[in-house]
Amino acid sequence: MAAADIAIEVEGLSKSYLIGHQAAHRAESFREMVTRSARAAARTALSVARGRQLVAGDEVEEFWALRDVSFEVRRGEVIGVIGRNGAGKSTLLKILSRITEPTRGRAVIRGRVASLLEVGTGFHHELSGRENIYLNGAILGMTRGEIDAKFDEIVAFAEVGQFLDTPVKRYSSGMYVRLAFAVAAHLEPEILIVDEVLAVGDVAFQRKCLGKMQDVAQRGRTVLFVSHNLPSVVDLTSRALLLERGRVAMAGESRAVVSHFLAASHDRLEGGDLSGYRRPHRDAGWVDIERVLVGGGPLGVAVVQPGEGVAIDVDLRIHRPVSDGIVVINLLNENLDVVTTLMSTDDRCLFSAGVGLQHIRCEVGPLPLAPGEYLLNVATAQLGGRLSWDALNTLPGFRMGGESTAEWLRWPQRPGSTWLRNALWSADASTKAAGAVHQASKVL
Amino acid sequence: MTETTLAKPVQEVVLEAGRADRHYWLDLWRYRELFQVLAWRDVTIRYKQTVIGVAWAVLQPLLQTLIMTLVFSRLAKLPSDGGSPYALMALAGILPWTFFATALANASNSLVSNNNLVSKVYFPRLIVPTAAIVASMVDFAIGLIILGGFMAWFRFAPDWRIVFLPAFALMAFLAVLGPSLWITSVNVRYRDFRYVIPFIVQFGLYVSPVGYSASVVPQKWRLLYSLNPMVAVIDGFRWCVLGGHATIYWPGFGLGLAVIAAALWLGVRQFRKLEKTFADLI
Repeated sequence: MAAADIAIEVEGLSKSYLIGHQAAHRAESFREMVTRSARAAARTALSVARGRQLVAGDEVEEFWALRDVSFEVRRGEVIGVIGRNGAGKSTLLKILSRITEPTRGRAVIRGRVASLLEVGTGFHHELSGRENIYLNGAILGMTRGEIDAKFDEIVAFAEVGQFLDTPVKRYSSGMYVRLAFAVAAHLEPEILIVDEVLAVGDVAFQRKCLGKMQDVAQRGRTVLFVSHNLPSVVDLTSRALLLERGRVAMAGESRAVVSHFLAASHDRLEGGDLSGYRRPHRDAGWVDIERVLVGGGPLGVAVVQPGEGVAIDVDLRIHRPVSDGIVVINLLNENLDVVTTLMSTDDRCLFSAGVGLQHIRCEVGPLPLAPGEYLLNVATAQLGGRLSWDALNTLPGFRMGGESTAEWLRWPQRPGSTWLRNALWSADASTKAAGAVHQASKVL
Repeated sequence: MTETTLAKPVQEVVLEAGRADRHYWLDLWRYRELFQVLAWRDVTIRYKQTVIGVAWAVLQPLLQTLIMTLVFSRLAKLPSDGGSPYALMALAGILPWTFFATALANASNSLVSNNNLVSKVYFPRLIVPTAAIVASMVDFAIGLIILGGFMAWFRFAPDWRIVFLPAFALMAFLAVLGPSLWITSVNVRYRDFRYVIPFIVQFGLYVSPVGYSASVVPQKWRLLYSLNPMVAVIDGFRWCVLGGHATIYWPGFGLGLAVIAAALWLGVRQFRKLEKTFADLI
């Protein structure tokens, strides 16, 4: 194959960062504290003298965000990049966008590149919509002539016509995002590099953007895009790349790669690896959330149809006897706005338990939610907030299926969140696996 | 590698560690529109949501001239250049100095304050501090109009030397560019430098002939004094504006030019060296 037919050629690309750690234990004596501070000061002085970066912490470690990544993208091909958070997707895009340099390896890019790592980069809140179109366009690499030619199209796409001369700080967040995406959507590079930018805006607008992406792909442009929205990866791309801890775990036909990734996520979450989602919490070591199942299956897989409910199972590992325990679940939309909060106290469900496994099930009734992906925050604590035991944030939840009517989508979602009171909570002290048949037994 | 099947030659970029970018200066030219837009943005937002807006650019040099004239002429009884009006001489020094001070402060913080751009989009980073300096030139241009007003008020006609004013404006631009590039690139790594700038500006006000004429500096110190590149810039300014009343100390002027060139070389070199790590450290 002639080199000219390959738009992106990546060979052995690696990227390392220096990260610092705090020592595992606190300094126990004055002497230890002094020697530690002295060592840190000496390291800082040495770094400054050599003109190197400063790293906070007691120990410095080299972290490889990307290791030996190689692949090729042919001209006109649309390729998806998927993987967990921290798998190196963003680092890869940053290198290909020339924002940062690889530590090792090389990449060759043939053609005019536009990269879209964020929607609305460089938007200035004091400037008007009109001014921001020119500013953002220039930042994304459009010439003034190109922006002039597309200006009306951009304004029409963003649906902000009458607010064109209002400073964007007065825009609603929806308008802001629409305007920002509209500029980006009218880029016409030979190679387009896109990070997770479709996860913004309301559902109707997301559809419109997906449509626009499809247009771009069909016009023979090369597109490399990162997404957590797996269905859209399957829809839009022919090939996909799965990254895992900085390496290419799989490359091939999108559908196969996505299902491999789903199966792997299934295994991983089954295996109880929720550590990536854990948030710092005050009273660690009492109760850990060991497993969360949605609809009896792994996280991020269930599809809930309109009019249907869903069961959320939470397995808690209790390390010290506890009393008056509660579980709180937030449902978040893709913008990470809390849509609703489910509290076990709403159904007067509290658990008191000794060391062992505690299983909590929450059966939510029909969900009045718009189609889209929903995430979960799951936390467990003592009633009244005296002890906060464990908290997991932004777990993949479920996909809400169904088509909304066009009429419904025309209207923005009402501010605030929904209060769902049709949930049924139950606690079960058995150590049986969640999802198995069990008797609901109310504690109170 | 350069063979193509398309009619248009395909732009090819190779990304590798430590690769010196051959097209760097060409790229800078290619991104000239972004440069204009960033400078325009900095100018536009400067006086947004202020009550008197651009009047600030008028008020500041006027008040400074008033204070300088009171303190140095009335209290300290210092002479002006060749008997020219003291206020006029002071303003001709204040304008380039204020430009230097604001441009240095804006440009030195420019990379850190534009971190959202630096970490999300590629463009030659040199654009950011340079655009910040160009934006500071707008206040300077307004100052020149005031200067014109002053000259009319004192019925002071400039001579042929005034045509060299743009050359000295360019010199002021280059004088601030070198140190700014150096500081802004190091500032990305060690944020200590943002605390150094107010100090440099305050200190510099005393060791530059802003409120007084450089001719009051004793002859034996004159060459040492000229190590400060702003001495040459301000002297040059007065030479242009005050016509035959001000003289230039040529050995010092040459030294000033050499310092400016050296600072520029060091600044660009440091900036280019650190540029590739900006996105990782910012």
